[in-house]
Order: sequence, then C-alpha cells, then structure tokens
Amino acid sequence: MAALNYIRSNEKKLKVIKSNSITFDNDTKPMAQHQLQPENWVDLYADYLFNYAIGRISDSEVAKDLVQETFMAGLKSAKNYKGDAAERTWLIAILKRKVIDYYRKINSNKGKAEVRMNYSAQSDAEGDWLEEQVADPFSSFENSNIENEELGLAIQDCISKLPKKQALVFTMKTIQGISTEDICNELDINPSNLWVMIHRARTALMDCLNQNWF
Amino acid sequence: MISCEKAAIICNKAQYREATFIEKLKLRFHLLMCKTCSKATKKNTQLTSLCDKANLHSLTENDKLKMKEILQEKD
Repeated sequence: MAALNYIRSNEKKLKVIKSNSITFDNDTKPMAQHQLQPENWVDLYADYLFNYAIGRISDSEVAKDLVQETFMAGLKSAKNYKGDAAERTWLIAILKRKVIDYYRKINSNKGKAEVRMNYSAQSDAEGDWLEEQVADPFSSFENSNIENEELGLAIQDCISKLPKKQALVFTMKTIQGISTEDICNELDINPSNLWVMIHRARTALMDCLNQNWF
Repeated sequence: MISCEKAAIICNKAQYREATFIEKLKLRFHLLMCKTCSKATKKNTQLTSLCDKANLHSLTENDKLKMKEILQEKD
C-alpha cells in the first residue's frame, strides 16, 4: 500500500511537471494570457475555495467569510493581476494569505501565543521517551488525510465543469444531502427528471475523475 | 425484465439509498445477466465511496447569492 501511494504521488508530480512545462510554453506567447472575469467568480470558484479553506480552518462560518474576503481582495487588486497564473490559482494564493492572517490574528494576544509543552499528559510517566515520540511509520492517517483533501479539490474541479443545472442538482443531493422531494419542490422538476440529471452528472464526473485522479 | 436504462436509474437511486426492495431485486437480477451494467454499477459505487471519503463541503445557493450581491455593490 505504501509503495502504491508512493508511485501514485510520483505520477502526480510528473503530471504537475508536464502541465507546468505546457504553461511555460504558452507564456512565451502573449495571446495565451489569462483574464479576470469577476462576475463568474462565485459560480466557478466559491465551492473550490470553500473546500480549500475548510481544510485549514474547520469552522465553516469563518471559512465562508474568508472566501468572501478573498473575492473582495481580488476585486480590489484586479489591476495588479499580470495574467501569468490562471484565475483560480491567483485566487487561491490570496486565500492562502487570508488563512495565514486569520491565524495570526487569533494568536496575537501574548498569552495565546505562548505554547506550553509537556512531555505527555501524565508527566510522571516513565519509560523510553524518544521511542515513544517517534512517528509511527506505518500510520497512513496523515497521508490519507492529505490525499483526501486533494481528492476533494479534484472532485470540486470536476463538478465545476458540469453544466450548471446538473452541478446544482448533484451538489444538493450528494454533498448537502437534501431529500429528493425537497429538491424537486425547490427546482420545480419531477423526480424522474432529477434522476436523469443525476445520472448524467455522475457519468460525466466518473469520466472526469478517471482522467484527473486515477 | 428491465432495460439497461432503467437499471442505471435504479443503480443511481441505490447510491443514495432510495431504491425500494423490489427495485433492488430487479437490479440484482439484471446485473446477473448484463456485464456492462455490472461494470457500470461497480464504477458508480466507487464514485460514491470517493465522494464520501473526500468529505466535501459546499456553500448553499443563498450564500452564493449573498456573495454575488456584496461583490456587485463593490463594483
């Protein structure tokens, strides 16, 4: 399993290198420049940014505010956008700063910034200290957490490529877990209509994930 | 005997645990004979488990509308 993960991560790196070299080629031509379209931001990137933020700040209200602030900051500094990065990459970069600022702010009080370290909860515990502190090399917990976050972003990316109505139905059903009846009432469609849309969305998603994930 | 289209719809319903017992029985029966559908069902189940694993979050439409309004005011 570890070996498999290793191979997979290497493959991903390779992909990144490949895609980087492609954009590098494009950068030499001025016509390949990216442009900002703030009117589409919320539809295209809100969920993606939100997932990114919530991976770092588990409070969904704060995450929502940060996404909002990111859009505002993006709008404000739109004239500084040089166009060598894709719109989403640029927004993620802003969001990253916002997350760091958030943690700086909540830790600004001197008392909160002070970190107290104890060897362990039971300070009278005896035994081989170092051995107990070493990370378990067989633990797949950290790795799979990172991988799951990447997977979430990949799925979100694929969802944003779906037609708008299908994406809406799919997120309502799968992510927000709203019942079929409620969705039908809200969107004014009948159940068989809904299932057809779900079917198309799932088929498209599987194709997309096959290309981008496996 | 049900058609492949019907089997696909039932399979999707089953992913959200909304297929009835009779429907599931029909689906099982269909899958025994149809190679393509059993492959598709496997893929579909895989997608469900991926979505569960990824622990996805999303903003509601209301939140998005509010964001749009605030952004437009700024413009």
